[in-house]
Amino acid sequence: MKVQSIEDLKAVKEEYLPLIKQRLGHRNGLGSTQVMVCSGTACTSAASQDLRNGLQLEIERHGLKENVKVFKTGCFGFCQNGPIVMVHPGEVFYCNVKPEDAKEIVETHLMGGQVVERLLYRNVDNQVAQRMEDIHFFQAQTRIVLHNCGVINPEEIGEYIARDGYMALAEVIQKNNPREVIEAIKRSGLRGRGGAGFPTGRKWEMAAAQDVRPKYVLCNADEGDPGAFMDRSILEGDPHSVIEAMAVAGYCIGASQGYIYVRAEYPIAVKRLEIAIEQAREKGLLGKNLFGSSFDFDLGLRFGAGAFVCGEETALIHSVMGQRGEPRPRPPYPAQEGLWGKPTLINNVETYANIPAILRNGWEWYQGQGTAGSKGSKVFSLAGKINNTGLIEVPMGTTLRTIIFDIGGGIPGGKKFKAVQTGGPSGGCIPEKYLDMPIDYESLKEIGSMMGSGGMIVMNEDNCMVDIARFYLEFTQDESCGRCTPCRVGTKRLLETLKRITEGNGEIEDLELLEELSFDIRDASLCGLGQTAPNPVISTMRYFKDEYLAHIKDKNCPAGVCKELLNFVVDEEKCAACGICAKDCAAGAITGKPGEAYRIDPDKCSRCAACAAKCPKKAITRGPRKEEIINGNQGIRPGTVSPENRAAL
Amino acid sequence: METREFAPGPLVQKTGQLYDNPEKKVEKIKLTIDGREIEADKGMSVLEAARLAGIEIPSLCYLRHINEIGSCRVCLVEVEINGARVLQASCVYPATDGLVVHASSPRVRRVRRTMVELLLSDHHRECTTCIRNLNCELQNIADNLGIRNIKFTGEMKALQVQNENSFIVRDYNKCIKCRRCEAICSKVQEVNVYSALNRGYDTVIAPAFMQDLSQVACITCGQCVIACPTASLTEKECIESVWEALEDPDKYVVVQSAPSIQVTLGEVFGYPVGTVVTGKLVAALRRLGFDKVFATDFTADLTIMEEANELLERLEGRGKLPLLSSCSPGWVKFAEHFYPEFLENLSTCKSPHEMFGALTKTYFAEKEGIDPKKIVVVAIMPCTAKKFEASRPEMGTGEFKDVDWVLTTRELARMIRQSGINFHDLPHEDYDTPMGIASGAGAIFGSTGGVIEAAVRTAYYLTSGQEMDLVDYEELRGFSGLKEVWVELKGRRIKVAIAHGTGNARVLMDRLKAGEQFDYVEIMACPGGCVGGGGQPIFGTREHKEISLDYRHNRADALDRIDYSKELRRAHENPAVKKIYEEFLGRPLSNISRKLLHTYYTPRGKLPGFNFGGIKGSHAGHVKENIVRSHTT
Repeated sequence: MKVQSIEDLKAVKEEYLPLIKQRLGHRNGLGSTQVMVCSGTACTSAASQDLRNGLQLEIERHGLKENVKVFKTGCFGFCQNGPIVMVHPGEVFYCNVKPEDAKEIVETHLMGGQVVERLLYRNVDNQVAQRMEDIHFFQAQTRIVLHNCGVINPEEIGEYIARDGYMALAEVIQKNNPREVIEAIKRSGLRGRGGAGFPTGRKWEMAAAQDVRPKYVLCNADEGDPGAFMDRSILEGDPHSVIEAMAVAGYCIGASQGYIYVRAEYPIAVKRLEIAIEQAREKGLLGKNLFGSSFDFDLGLRFGAGAFVCGEETALIHSVMGQRGEPRPRPPYPAQEGLWGKPTLINNVETYANIPAILRNGWEWYQGQGTAGSKGSKVFSLAGKINNTGLIEVPMGTTLRTIIFDIGGGIPGGKKFKAVQTGGPSGGCIPEKYLDMPIDYESLKEIGSMMGSGGMIVMNEDNCMVDIARFYLEFTQDESCGRCTPCRVGTKRLLETLKRITEGNGEIEDLELLEELSFDIRDASLCGLGQTAPNPVISTMRYFKDEYLAHIKDKNCPAGVCKELLNFVVDEEKCAACGICAKDCAAGAITGKPGEAYRIDPDKCSRCAACAAKCPKKAITRGPRKEEIINGNQGIRPGTVSPENRAAL
Repeated sequence: METREFAPGPLVQKTGQLYDNPEKKVEKIKLTIDGREIEADKGMSVLEAARLAGIEIPSLCYLRHINEIGSCRVCLVEVEINGARVLQASCVYPATDGLVVHASSPRVRRVRRTMVELLLSDHHRECTTCIRNLNCELQNIADNLGIRNIKFTGEMKALQVQNENSFIVRDYNKCIKCRRCEAICSKVQEVNVYSALNRGYDTVIAPAFMQDLSQVACITCGQCVIACPTASLTEKECIESVWEALEDPDKYVVVQSAPSIQVTLGEVFGYPVGTVVTGKLVAALRRLGFDKVFATDFTADLTIMEEANELLERLEGRGKLPLLSSCSPGWVKFAEHFYPEFLENLSTCKSPHEMFGALTKTYFAEKEGIDPKKIVVVAIMPCTAKKFEASRPEMGTGEFKDVDWVLTTRELARMIRQSGINFHDLPHEDYDTPMGIASGAGAIFGSTGGVIEAAVRTAYYLTSGQEMDLVDYEELRGFSGLKEVWVELKGRRIKVAIAHGTGNARVLMDRLKAGEQFDYVEIMACPGGCVGGGGQPIFGTREHKEISLDYRHNRADALDRIDYSKELRRAHENPAVKKIYEEFLGRPLSNISRKLLHTYYTPRGKLPGFNFGGIKGSHAGHVKENIVRSHTT
């Protein structure tokens, strides 16, 4: 049945509402049981599909098919502990569920009514958490954008509608006042979630003001930051929120065609989008005469081949048109001349996903969240040296400490926090002293980083900050489109200088060169990729200059990461001359004989550290190369042999 | 005669935009650059506005109306936006009323310098031995910015120089990725040979898979060479071979110079664009040691005789219409690649310099009693495509090539310098006879519309037996990208079309393809015709910082002046031409002239150098054959 009016939409909502109500913990729901299995990318790669099939089989085997339904759902964000299974009623939240656990869940929980306690999460204080809200990870979060992820089945449009989906679109069309909608978005304070934070309402206004037809609506789903997966999770868990927002955008600016530019490397997101678009068309929520009006809007998918630069809006537009993904100078802005030279509104996935919520709850509500300059919430993906790798959503203005320690569970292995990189390769490394700073667009910029799309990579004492800067530069240099001089050649020269430093060939003058060149690249580059590429260098030099100096002056990598600066030595006093290290050395760098301490030939040594790990006496340590030079005694740290070892020898 | 310019289709815009339209009314704006208030047209970039006011902002990738991509970042200026001073590429930043620009602030100078130093850090800086030494835009900018040392060291490209073909050399190690070659090839010529490959530092601007130009659908026109600011794209030099021939006492070296050389060579020696230096040119060639100094204009007259007769023959129903001119080898190769279905329409006439070569080694050799094997024919051409043409296996008798060496205008200038000739002090000398005698019709071959005008002059005579009063068919001249004209011949109105630049040729050919009727079509591969040829002088000096196409007008005007100054202005009036028909050829389109002066064409396909394995395309057979053939020379 096609949805032609708000009444039709409400009818669909009523149909699916009981399912949703039960999942939200309302007792007046169904009599039956629902099992939600996360089918985001992380849980899928942890075999959640097998798990779902297993559950289904067990349920059928026990004849529970009528009363128990298994559903796919979107990302809960608790990826470190996936696959996640949630059982309603009761909201029992199982973690790390393996396919072989299906039987136990069905027999013990679904049939026996007993919660499988071993599959429940334990907080740091060892407290068993049966429901989501008992888990510390979720406690400091506010889910606006992700409010459907983990609640609805993303492959069923009815469930989205039951969550008031497409109601915003229906009302926008019914009220027929695009200007008012744009005004609401402006007032909400929503800013672009793709990185730069441009006020979304102003973008819409600009596109709406153009007289040229046709116009286009684009969605940037070319999420390319290493370790970032916010957009992917939204598309996987709640694709309709983006589709609805794009239709609203189309109505407001006067466009009837939209495209979602999504990475081909996101197969699940692509599939969900395909299903969602198809279902929306079937329901008449995409296509001709939406809600009985004269407004037509349809969507197409365009696939990106994984070039980072295609996340830049003008490069993305070139790519959509089948050209090489290269940015061009602005002005003209895409809102003036975009896809095929026509006015084009382009927003990121998360930005769109905010729109239905703003329109449903009112701009006043949205504006009430966040900080003075940054409203609403932000989704971050936590990665790196952090206990709870995963996806979170917090109000703007939350401190890094809350995110990393309360939600993220801190640093694994009792290691010390060193820095967090926000904004991906375009962002900067933020040191410990800013952990208590409330984060928003402005504050991050002030301390030399940026919001970016929301990737957050946590580093601990084992990370070398020079190496980190080198890593990001390698990435941006590789991903530079090669069009403008500073980005093509400048980042190459930056990278080469960083490499020299990490290899122990740095000169003190290199620091000045790095700094000057970084600022020139930032000022002179054609697009955002080049303009922000030096940020990791600038920020690490600002906050971790001592590490640079250690590499250059002392030829030492304090974190013990830069291989060329490392030297593995055998402590003569501890060495028991057992020969285990020599046996395990793939490079054949260790020699010795019984009665003498073993030696490591630094020229042959590949710095793999296997010997240090294997040595029963912990006699092999890594140290700076300096010592090797000072002592002139290669591969062994001389000392008085201890009586214990003497006996062994 | 009725003239109609194609309007307002894409084509007039396409070439029309290469030139300013003086009649267009534009709104004026005022902006401030370096504290000076200047006036500019609305719609101009900051760079254009600055240059108009005499403020020089250096640029590299910018090529007015052709390549405005803001990628080299050398033209950066500070622009005041909301109180902040932001760096913007002036070549693409619109000049707006009230804009405040700082074009030479310390910050601008520092960043500009960094940009040029970065380019230089990845550029093979062998200036002293470089073909573009003292004529290189990068060198000029480095000098102007006072760069004395380069802060940056690191990897430098070391890619193989591609010089396997006979016309254009590509040195990737000198490429600064300005992409002007790509822009001119795709936007003006619409051949689309170049594009960016790879990413980051490894980016190269190259044909697909970095193939040699001989392996792709390159038409060898050399517009990319003209566009290149450095020596990354250059003609394949053959100066040394010519010196060798000149030094060999057993060789009899005959030189011919194309019509347009006499109006462009002077530019290299500091004469204003459009100066006619025919006399000095002849004197210089003689001093270089050529045994005979002839003019290609002579065989241009002969080409007219052949082609006018061919036209009449086809108008009588023998052969396909429209007749397509064939004297531009770039256009011929363009047709072979992209419009193989029209190869039968192409005039079978060889281009004038090939006719010249064929006649030198037969008619002239016989007349002078010289063993043709000892004769070396050197052609001074405005063109890189002529180099390729001379290497075609069909351009010769099997025993010898019609033309042995083709030198561009630039190479000739280098030879003159190498031999220590002071060009300014040269006297005016005349071409040798008989193959140096030419009518004004031969001269105007060098600019767009000239071939048709010359042919119509003769065809009119041939059909009516009378001379036309009005000798100047001005409707046929001018630089509009595409023109169509009705001409009265033998009581019949024939429809003539003229296009220059293969981008315009494409539009015209697509119209033919769509079934539109024309009788006679002249196409020149290069914008403006030979005066804009890929072998002509390049302006990369301090005085001419950007290449502009406006100078082509001046060159063409000079050719017209040569035409006006001639007593003989019709090909069929040329006594030497009459004589050669009497003594040797008999009549136009005789058997001997068909053998020596006419040729055939080969379909080449759009992707000649690609072997698609199992895929069998309609051109697959041809393609393979062509590669073999083009290498046998």
